[in-house]
Amino acid sequence: MSELQQKRFNVREIRDEFPALRQQIYGKNLIYFDNGATSQKPKLVLDAINQFYSKENANIHRGVHFMSQKATTEYEAARQRIQQYIGARKSEEIIFTKGTTDSINLVAFSFGHLLSAGDEILISAMEHHSNIVPWQMLCERQGCILKVAPINQRGELRMDEFERLLSKKTKLVSITHISNTLGTVNPVKEIIEKAHAVGAKVLIDGAQSIQHMHINVKELNCDFYAFSSHKVFGPTGIGVLYGKEDLLDRMPPYQGGGDMISRVTFERTTYNELPFKFEAGTPHIAGGICLGKAFEFLSSIDMAAAEKHERELAKYAEDMLDTFEGLQIIGEAKNKTSVVSFSVKGIHPFDIGTLLDKQGIAVRTGHHCTQPLMDFYQIPGTVRASFAFYNTKEEIDTFVAAVERSLSMLK
Amino acid sequence: MNLTEKQEEIIQEFEIFDDWMEKYEYIIDLGKDLPQIDEDKKTEDRLIEGCQSRVWLDANYANGHMHFTADSDAIITKGIIGLLIRVLDNEAPETVATADLFFIEKIGLQEHLSPTRANGLLGMVKRLKLEAIKHISTAS
Repeated sequence: MSELQQKRFNVREIRDEFPALRQQIYGKNLIYFDNGATSQKPKLVLDAINQFYSKENANIHRGVHFMSQKATTEYEAARQRIQQYIGARKSEEIIFTKGTTDSINLVAFSFGHLLSAGDEILISAMEHHSNIVPWQMLCERQGCILKVAPINQRGELRMDEFERLLSKKTKLVSITHISNTLGTVNPVKEIIEKAHAVGAKVLIDGAQSIQHMHINVKELNCDFYAFSSHKVFGPTGIGVLYGKEDLLDRMPPYQGGGDMISRVTFERTTYNELPFKFEAGTPHIAGGICLGKAFEFLSSIDMAAAEKHERELAKYAEDMLDTFEGLQIIGEAKNKTSVVSFSVKGIHPFDIGTLLDKQGIAVRTGHHCTQPLMDFYQIPGTVRASFAFYNTKEEIDTFVAAVERSLSMLK
Repeated sequence: MNLTEKQEEIIQEFEIFDDWMEKYEYIIDLGKDLPQIDEDKKTEDRLIEGCQSRVWLDANYANGHMHFTADSDAIITKGIIGLLIRVLDNEAPETVATADLFFIEKIGLQEHLSPTRANGLLGMVKRLKLEAIKHISTAS
């Protein structure tokens, strides 16, 4: 493959491809450390958005005219590119959704339809609300039982407890690959093997992993893998659910409407084949095509080098922050990446975030949609710096100095 | 001093600051100086829950005027509360209810009162005005 030969990793060069990184905020050079919330977009994606709406905009799948056919071809080519990138067997296994949340809700609804009262769903204590609430709703609808595997103080999943909770009653394990708040990398391969051993299916919430490491769903052998476009350098409003074909085939449609049908009469409707069965209505066409472009961009990056760089950034930031009096790093898993969350005794994260913002630094403060995790650590929230491969050690030096200045003002 | 004069005074105070950090240094000092609400008054009904920081507001009416004390778990929020109370405290309920708090934008703090900021301040201003409206109806 020619793409393999072209793989590269040069932070300076990569940064040049992201126009949003070259701006000033409150008179300071922007330091963007909120990549866990959303990533910035490379020029390849930005140009594709402009190109699509300037010249190629048409509805897909049903048109007889030139533009419609071209848009359809590009949209389906994007699906294939994603399939190849994540190592899915078929492009039919790639369902376009609105994002990770929508992907998980799809599984909760459609796979949930196959479950019965008393069946168990196992999640972990470090899940995002998007991987908690859909299961609570399913449990309310169908009398299933939600089990939560605990974590230790370092923010690692307690595998002994996880295994204890796993049983023949477990029908689905739904777990995050990387914690958005702690940066913990979960041992998903081991989790998948253990879940399969009792006959449970596994959904991996990949919202925080696909942009940080090489993902191959066939090697992982997960049953579902969900992610959002906007966190992986693509546009907002679109995401992906990967699912194994035989499972997706057995699941009823999620929403009804155009595109997902085979034949409609008032008496009975038959459904379209995969993947269209799960894609009711006109999809986010530009989003799909430009997500394909984001994967074209990603395919050119040496992800192993990128992952190493991000881990170094996190370690570098953590080592310096750790020396500040009263500052506690939240999430000290042995295997962690790209996220540094911290809280400071007697100081509200909101205040630190506000002062960092005025120094041109974008971080996230608050509970990060993981309130149960904040309850576990008994804190109102954290300041979270989350890195992408375009961030630099120089940016971290500036960030650490800005944290120091903020803390001296707030104490 | 009337409501407009009080706001003009604050705007003047903020004019001396050259940059954002100096401005926030001042707000933080205001927050540290703000008389705290009594702990026993930090009750559920006085709490305005923001997504991030929380605000407690105690409103009283005496001799034709509204009196407010408030607190927050975030010091910057608390500093801005201090400014709001400086403007609105000891005013007639009618004045509080119809107050145009133009100083907030003039000193560049409007982001803290935006619905997306989630720090409880917008909720606090709404609550301040509601409390005042209650006493307009009591008075009439």
